[in-house]
Amino acid sequence: MKSKIALAFENCKKEKRPALITYTVAGDNTKNNSLKILNKISKHADILELGFAHNTPIADGGQIQGSSHRALKNGIKLKDVFQIVKKFKKDKPNKPIILMGYFNLIYQKGEDNFLKNCKSSGVDGLIIVDLPYPENKNFANKCKKKSINFIQLLSPTTSKNRMKKIIKDSHDMIYYISMLSTTGGKLKVSPKKILQNYNNIKRINPKKNLVIGFGITDKTISSLKSANGLVVGSMLCKTIANTLKMRQNPVTKLDKVVYNLKKKII
Amino acid sequence: MKLKIKKNKLLIDQHDKNFMYGGKFGGNFIPETLKKPIDDLTILFSKLRNNKKFLKERDNYFKNFIGSPTPFIKLENLTDHLGGAQIYAKVVSEANGGAHKIYNATVHCLIAKRARKKYIVGDTGAGYAGKMLSMAAKKFGLKCKIFMGAKDIKRQRPNVEAMKKNGAEIVPVTTGSQTLVDAVSECMRYWVSNCDTTHMCVGSTVGPNIFIKICAWSTAQISRELIKQVLEEFGKIPDNLKLINCVGGGSSAAGFWNEFMDTHAQFIGVEAGGPKKSKLHAAPLTNGSKIGILHGAAQYVIQNKEGQIGSTESISAGLDYPGISPLHCFLKDTKRARYTSASDEEALKAYQLVSKLENISPSLEPSHAFAEAIKLAPKLKSSEIIIVNSCGDSVKDKDIIKLKLGSYIR
Repeated sequence: MKSKIALAFENCKKEKRPALITYTVAGDNTKNNSLKILNKISKHADILELGFAHNTPIADGGQIQGSSHRALKNGIKLKDVFQIVKKFKKDKPNKPIILMGYFNLIYQKGEDNFLKNCKSSGVDGLIIVDLPYPENKNFANKCKKKSINFIQLLSPTTSKNRMKKIIKDSHDMIYYISMLSTTGGKLKVSPKKILQNYNNIKRINPKKNLVIGFGITDKTISSLKSANGLVVGSMLCKTIANTLKMRQNPVTKLDKVVYNLKKKII
Repeated sequence: MKLKIKKNKLLIDQHDKNFMYGGKFGGNFIPETLKKPIDDLTILFSKLRNNKKFLKERDNYFKNFIGSPTPFIKLENLTDHLGGAQIYAKVVSEANGGAHKIYNATVHCLIAKRARKKYIVGDTGAGYAGKMLSMAAKKFGLKCKIFMGAKDIKRQRPNVEAMKKNGAEIVPVTTGSQTLVDAVSECMRYWVSNCDTTHMCVGSTVGPNIFIKICAWSTAQISRELIKQVLEEFGKIPDNLKLINCVGGGSSAAGFWNEFMDTHAQFIGVEAGGPKKSKLHAAPLTNGSKIGILHGAAQYVIQNKEGQIGSTESISAGLDYPGISPLHCFLKDTKRARYTSASDEEALKAYQLVSKLENISPSLEPSHAFAEAIKLAPKLKSSEIIIVNSCGDSVKDKDIIKLKLGSYIR
């Protein structure tokens, strides 16, 4: 059976557009609001990434650190993250949801236990920032057995040889980090150069769904729309921070922002 | 499975193919972007450490820039005062810059030069790692950036001034607890973004495996000197010899013990117990913390049930870190070393006593080790020998000591 993630990409290909993938942090700015946000933006986004916050992140920029900080201050726990997914999936069982975070939380929960919770709440995939290939082989296999996508990451520093191995072991989606940066950095490489790298990777296996993330905003998204998918994260986290500052409702604001992002890639 | 340390093999090399010690400590839990720079550094270092020319260069800088060997002295007055074991000190604070951090900093700069990097970045807690890196960077003509917690900048002013004097840019880190743990995170995040032009120096035996290796390989100079000095003084390695060292990240202890690994010398590591009534200690080994992942490596680390890293509190910025080197986790589990802790108050008292009686004045970090020596010595026979690694000088702690004790003596 095809995964929901694979189906989402198929659907986008039919419509000749990239998949729009959003990233928000569970519990930002409250548990309730983050669920409401997912419900709203899922009308426009094809795949939803949901961050589970860690207080010592080594690869996140300021905006996502801010989101994680707000979520943790609200007392967000893994069980709340799974609750949010479960509630969301009740209404929209076919919308793929990917959890993203750092390995220590999984390590403390126990890999099997964590995956059991993923399965029962309806998580479709996982991105673990600090569990690179080949160290992730064992865990990625466990995910596969549970029909959960383990999403491998590639970066501009990944050698071609290494890429081949990673792609061979990948599931339905691969994430290409556009540039040397933490999340939310300003796009310091031209979209042309990013697409060039992207196409080189695609050539290794054209069938694999490859998405681009890091540095993508409403300003840059349309120039990258030939990719299979585009991830917008920090811009959304920043929007939440701004609405809170201006005492606006983050839910309606995010709805608008994601709607506008979608308009730029169709 | 019972863990064992192998003989005739450097501790830093006793990892498996996943770079784990004892199958459970260390490793490389890093973002994909850092995989290649870390692989490159691993290959480069494995070549350099076997390269005669490089070793000669290192030894030359150790001798002429750092001032090796540092003195090994008997603390006659302290020994008489306590009545018991003979207490000696390896006065590593006599090294250029005033602490053991200079060894790691110098080696990293030598490596950065070989890797043709123009920029070097590092983290610092007490400010020593940063001060030394800025000194070495200046010596080698590298541009230097130091990440330091905003709280530490306030409490370690003399070292901050020194870094500025050396021309380093200090980046205050205002996230989280604003101490060493956040400085290391921020430094790693910076490296993720700049790894193509910049070399990163991790200030202690923590982080991804290669940084643990480079650091312990560098500080090993301390015990290379000491084992010679001990043999000269006693004609042999004394029975019941105790080597006492403070541990935060664990870089000075790793270096202090390295050459004695296969001997009968006993190792005692002293963690920061924090203020007497506080629960925010920085002693993951003493207090039985669980294994978790921090800054790219699995280790005993202070954390909550969920895996969020815990806050710590210690009077010594250099020991104020929730994790501990995977090497020390390995030494603990194999029972090769014993770990205990000293409170802020005990460390302050130890500083005061040693500074009053002797010509040395340990900083608050080694004062934790002296506190343990002061506790132990009276219980031991006068034929027994204790050596304490006095790996830092109190002058950097002047402000905080004045605040806590009313006056500063040196």
